[in-house]
Amino acid sequence: MELQRFYYDNKIVRNFVIATLLWGIVGMSVGLLLAFMFLFPNLTDGISWLSFGRLRPLHTNAVIFAFVGNAIFAGVYYSSQRLLKARMWKDWLSNFNFWGWQAIIVAAAITLPLGYTSSKEYAELEWPIDIAIALVWVAFGANLIGTILKRRQRHLYVALWFYLGTFVTVAVLHIVNSMAIPVGALKSYSMYAGVQDALVQWWYGHNAVAFFLTTPFLGLMYYFVPKAANRPVYSYRLSIVHFWSLIFIYIWAGPHHLLYSSLPDWAQNLGVAFSIMLLAPSWGGMINGLLTLRGAWDKVRTDPVLKFMVVAITGYGMATFEGPMLSLKNVNAIAHFSDWIVAHVHVGALAWNGFLAFGMIYWMVPRLFKTKLYSLALANTHFWIGTLGIILYALPLYVAGFVQASMWKQFNPDGTLTYGNFLETVTEIMPMYWMRAIGGTLYITGAIIGVINLIMTAKAGSAVTDELAEAAPLEKITKKRTTKEGYHSWLERRPVKLTIFATVAILIGGMVQIIPSLMVDDYIPKISSVKPYSPLELEGRDIYIREGCVGCHSQQIRPFRSEVERYGEYSKAGEYVYDHPFLWGSKRTGPDLMRIGGKYSDNWHFNHMYDPQSTSSGSIMPAYKWLIKNELDKSNTETKLRAMAALGVPYTEEDIVSAQQWMSEQGEKIEKSLYNDPDFAKTYEADKKYAEENNEEFVQMRDREIVAVIAYLQRMGTDIKVTNGDGSTENLND
Amino acid sequence: MFKFVKGNLENIDGVSIYPLVSLLIFFIFFVGLFLWVVTAKKTHIDEVSNIPLEDDTINTNQN
Repeated sequence: MELQRFYYDNKIVRNFVIATLLWGIVGMSVGLLLAFMFLFPNLTDGISWLSFGRLRPLHTNAVIFAFVGNAIFAGVYYSSQRLLKARMWKDWLSNFNFWGWQAIIVAAAITLPLGYTSSKEYAELEWPIDIAIALVWVAFGANLIGTILKRRQRHLYVALWFYLGTFVTVAVLHIVNSMAIPVGALKSYSMYAGVQDALVQWWYGHNAVAFFLTTPFLGLMYYFVPKAANRPVYSYRLSIVHFWSLIFIYIWAGPHHLLYSSLPDWAQNLGVAFSIMLLAPSWGGMINGLLTLRGAWDKVRTDPVLKFMVVAITGYGMATFEGPMLSLKNVNAIAHFSDWIVAHVHVGALAWNGFLAFGMIYWMVPRLFKTKLYSLALANTHFWIGTLGIILYALPLYVAGFVQASMWKQFNPDGTLTYGNFLETVTEIMPMYWMRAIGGTLYITGAIIGVINLIMTAKAGSAVTDELAEAAPLEKITKKRTTKEGYHSWLERRPVKLTIFATVAILIGGMVQIIPSLMVDDYIPKISSVKPYSPLELEGRDIYIREGCVGCHSQQIRPFRSEVERYGEYSKAGEYVYDHPFLWGSKRTGPDLMRIGGKYSDNWHFNHMYDPQSTSSGSIMPAYKWLIKNELDKSNTETKLRAMAALGVPYTEEDIVSAQQWMSEQGEKIEKSLYNDPDFAKTYEADKKYAEENNEEFVQMRDREIVAVIAYLQRMGTDIKVTNGDGSTENLND
Repeated sequence: MFKFVKGNLENIDGVSIYPLVSLLIFFIFFVGLFLWVVTAKKTHIDEVSNIPLEDDTINTNQN
């Protein structure tokens, strides 16, 4: 058979490598800024778009989708072409994938700091960007499948299975979780409410980790580790078992993010069981990766590429051992909501994703530029500083999480909480936050050294944008050839069938968990006293979402003695039926807010938002001064109410028509109660007078954002409290 | 038995058959996977696992 000559597209790989490094530094820098905001809460005082709540989703999105995302594309575009012996199917699809993805990242970097967020973790981007993500993702998948169909290599190497599995699963997850009703150009409400929303979100959130941060990187591991070690994977058989069992089991484990929450027990237990099982395929894959280096360990001493990869795979092993352990209910009771989880995800992000990406890039760049790495010494420096950074980042946060969770649970002999003031548990772990910031600084310093080294390497070489290769085209398969082959080779030759099987494997788990929550009427026991939010409370809730309060405050009291004592009656599934989206949160940097309603006066909230340290000395909450100045935008309230009504929230037409009046009345009431504080009355009247004298426009307090926020906060968790005739309150659920 | 499932889903007719079906799906899936892997021919496994190491580029660097 005559050999065909063709060119590998290296230019697209180079572009994705540049984007990976650029966004990596940006994402890590935002993370570092956030780490310092724990130490200096008012570091960006008064600048709404640099506030902690708005930057946190920017950090997570930048690292996951910009840094790791671009690294995935770089590695997939490099390895797929070579594994398939073919140029990518369409250059325009490659370029659309590249520029589309960068445009989405830029859109995220603009909208998230401005407060446009769905508040669902790792799915914060609003609906127009969600649509763009779907389009670009489909372009990526089409390009990959197109390349597979015109390949010159008969068999599909296991890395490609991981890429295909990634493509279909991320598409399914993204679409199901992003279902929402738009109420404005950049604002929407989740289709699901409360417990259902939580279940869908964490099915997504968990599998975003599984199918965006894990499966594509495992594919990359199966290509780049053998390449770097110059020997085939330890066991190809194991890699087959690894692939099918991993995708088959991973998809079920989502509910382990909701242990002890209001999610029905059977779903929680299902999540636990599958999380424990997940240890087997995860470690099978890790061992397969590490043993690929058998007989090549001497190279690990000298080759920085292999060093990065060994630490990456070790990090994967640690994180995937810890994951199942964290899914045990008794461990989860301690770790959940604490910094333990932050440490856990950073072992995954910094070691597994970060170091595998760097190892892969250090291997590719000299080849893309036909030269040698500029400096081995700099690469080794990057490696050691980075490794030290990971350790200094993670260890203190494990300690912080354990210490704080223990303090939350400690009782005095007389039955009161030893640390009744949440703040005491925060000040205790400040030294850990310092060490974390130092660890983060080291890691990013290493990354910058790496970028410099890579730039110098590129400068020394010359870019090969189209690399010439030759291979024989595929022959038509005759009956005779296939009679003796097993099922393995049959499936490996059929990418479409393989993709369909993989889709079926991931759909079973998702459907079993989610469909009952949508179909079964009494999935969530109804509580008759739970009523929809008033229009002003709804607007306040939207501000709560905009400011990212959910990043530090949960709204989910677990049924523990320590939590009921600290926060009040534990949360019931029926209390969230009108919450589109749910706001349970996943981290308690500050206390839970489920039962905050009625706990403090309106003035307390007002002063707390203006200057948190004035009401709570030593608090690490930043000030939200703009809420007090900004006028509340009431122009869209009716649309929002109608969208909610369409989603099944029982607002009547009369409610919607009288929304403006309703908001004014509730606002006036809060304004009046704020006058209880003589300081407030004095300053507010003085401001009003000043505006009158100078002919300036004056926004009345009842029309400002803070009033809506106070209305929402005072409403939270109060529906199940019923006042009796004698003024005493009663809990309907006892 | 199966009280976790039945507790919330007892409205579905014959819900107790579901866990049995799931068990069977999983059992058959993993037995099938195991058989597939152990019956694979050594030559085939060697061939496929060496795909990443094949080098077909022409290093003239001339486009």
